[in-house]
Amino acid sequence: MAIAVRQLTYAQAINEALRLEMRRDPRVILMGEDVAGGAGIQGFERQDAWGGVLGVTKGLVQEFGRDRVLDTPITEAGFIGAAVGAAATGLRPVAELMFVDFFGVCWDMIFDQGAKLRYMFGGKARCPMVIRTMIGAGMGAAGQHSGCHYSVFTHMPGIKTVAPSTPADAKGLLAASIRDDDLVVFFENKLLYSTSGEVPEGEYVIPLGKADIKREGTDVTIVAISRMVHQALAAADALREQGISAEVIDPRTLSPLDEEAILSSVAKTHRLVVVDEDNPRCSVATDIAALAADKAFTDLDAPIKLVTAPHTPVPFSPPLEQFYIPSPERIVATVQEIMG
Amino acid sequence: MATKQDVSISAQTLDKPRLLQMYEQMMTIRQFEERAGREFAAGKVPGFVHLYAGEEAVAVGVCAHLTDDDYITSHHRGHGHCIAKGVDLRAMVAELLGREPGACRGKGGSMHIADVNKGMLGANGIVGGGFPLATGAGLTAKYNGRGQVAVCFFGDGAANQGTFHESLNLAGIWKLPVVYVAENNGYAESTPVTYHMSCRDIADRAAGYNMPGVTVDGLDLFAVYEAAGEAIARARRGEGPSLIECKTYRYHGHFEGDTITYRTKEEEESYRARDPIQRLRRYLLERAIATSEELDAIDRRVQERIDDAWSFAEAAPFPAPEETLTDVYVSYR
Repeated sequence: MAIAVRQLTYAQAINEALRLEMRRDPRVILMGEDVAGGAGIQGFERQDAWGGVLGVTKGLVQEFGRDRVLDTPITEAGFIGAAVGAAATGLRPVAELMFVDFFGVCWDMIFDQGAKLRYMFGGKARCPMVIRTMIGAGMGAAGQHSGCHYSVFTHMPGIKTVAPSTPADAKGLLAASIRDDDLVVFFENKLLYSTSGEVPEGEYVIPLGKADIKREGTDVTIVAISRMVHQALAAADALREQGISAEVIDPRTLSPLDEEAILSSVAKTHRLVVVDEDNPRCSVATDIAALAADKAFTDLDAPIKLVTAPHTPVPFSPPLEQFYIPSPERIVATVQEIMG
Repeated sequence: MATKQDVSISAQTLDKPRLLQMYEQMMTIRQFEERAGREFAAGKVPGFVHLYAGEEAVAVGVCAHLTDDDYITSHHRGHGHCIAKGVDLRAMVAELLGREPGACRGKGGSMHIADVNKGMLGANGIVGGGFPLATGAGLTAKYNGRGQVAVCFFGDGAANQGTFHESLNLAGIWKLPVVYVAENNGYAESTPVTYHMSCRDIADRAAGYNMPGVTVDGLDLFAVYEAAGEAIARARRGEGPSLIECKTYRYHGHFEGDTITYRTKEEEESYRARDPIQRLRRYLLERAIATSEELDAIDRRVQERIDDAWSFAEAAPFPAPEETLTDVYVSYR
């Protein structure tokens, strides 16, 4: 039977995944600042409530009510920690940490409590929760609302990290994250919310830990994360004009990482460029480079190259912010450098 | 409503130049914000902008007691605090536009606008981020021993963050010269204070830290001025911190572009009818302290200064892209 497919935005695809998973499992609840939007107003759930600061959870309080879509005070440590407690006792919370930069406010609850609980209790507890959070520079949101920071989370044992680049991936990966029995942090790039793509109708799951080849190629492997997948595809278009065939790999899940997909591609192309909008030190990009240096050294015909943000916070001024974000031009120049 | 009977004692000691200066500051904030809102709507201001219009009496009534040697911390709605603390208007607009001569050289924007030379330790993108910073500035002030104070402006939403509790407790045990000023505008983003806070008044919480706590009408410049004057004098005397809650209102949404689905137009109109600037203006006229011609002349002067700041900023260059790489460290080698 053919599965119906239609165009949805990345934001709509996330909203649909939440809706379907909440219909499927009554233990799934949403909580976060403004996720309903306007709680406290009499009958607000019948009104045109915010549904998240950028409208991603719009309409969910109308369908599921305020017992399952909980506006929280601005208390990240409190409600992220409460999600851990609720997850450990039988609910499956999806907590929204509005911007990832706010992780500093609640980091103890994430990495010291949620991530370690199962291990410290000898495998006798579980923490089936998802933290949805916005990442990404490019909206002029400056130093405390624009970071990626998934490298920090990926570093910590006990946390799974997911960073989708397309609407269809976002829907299937969010469903998988909600059904997963571990703590998953789901990174949504805010610049992708309005981008569209084909999304299958109905429930489906994309397993965590499976990369996707976004374009096949033979001369160079470009591993790119989240929005950088689109920068890499633009670069691959430009490189094709120059007779260079680039393969673009989207890991989709950063922890666990699909090492096999990356290594097999490098075995084919013999060259690796990693494109990452996160800061470069101790990062997912350096981790992937180390993976290839360790396990694909003899396959490589050229040095591994990284195209990343600089070792700085995100600047506000538009020309500085554009300088910060890896561009297709920088990717093209880097590939040319190693093509010899 | 201000009448001749209920104006506070300390307000009656304010002479005409001082009153007109406060009027001018409030009007500067109002016009600055209205202009910023229009320019944002026209697509000229990058990023997020949160406007302070309606809350002017708080920043001005508190900062009237401060000098450049005193500290303040602010939050995402920080333009009014900058103006009340004397930050240059040209540098402010240039920062909003990400230009090289901006207060933060274009790196911070509206949400991180700061001027440490004026004791303005920054707007802040993290709700509740200012409490510990102000507490630390209070520690410096106490250490310096020359009677400085630190003021922490925060919203009703921030009052629920853990940093509130930890900071007020620290300031309480160390008797730091910090005044925590709640700007309770009724909403944490879209969420009303009646939903998000388990007590009625933020000031009620002061008792838990063994410090004075008062709630005042934040639309009344003189009520704010009086309460802040007492708390700041107490801090300068070395008697420790205080908590002041100002009940106020923001005319704009949480951010520019907010559809404001969570409150009614009637509610907004009821607050606009009690506008803090018009209230001061009526007071000045009723008491024959100033003529409407004098006040109109101030309004025009404010308009000219804001026009000048925008012209300056729009003509100013952007920083060079390589500036992205500077200022991460003082030195890194």
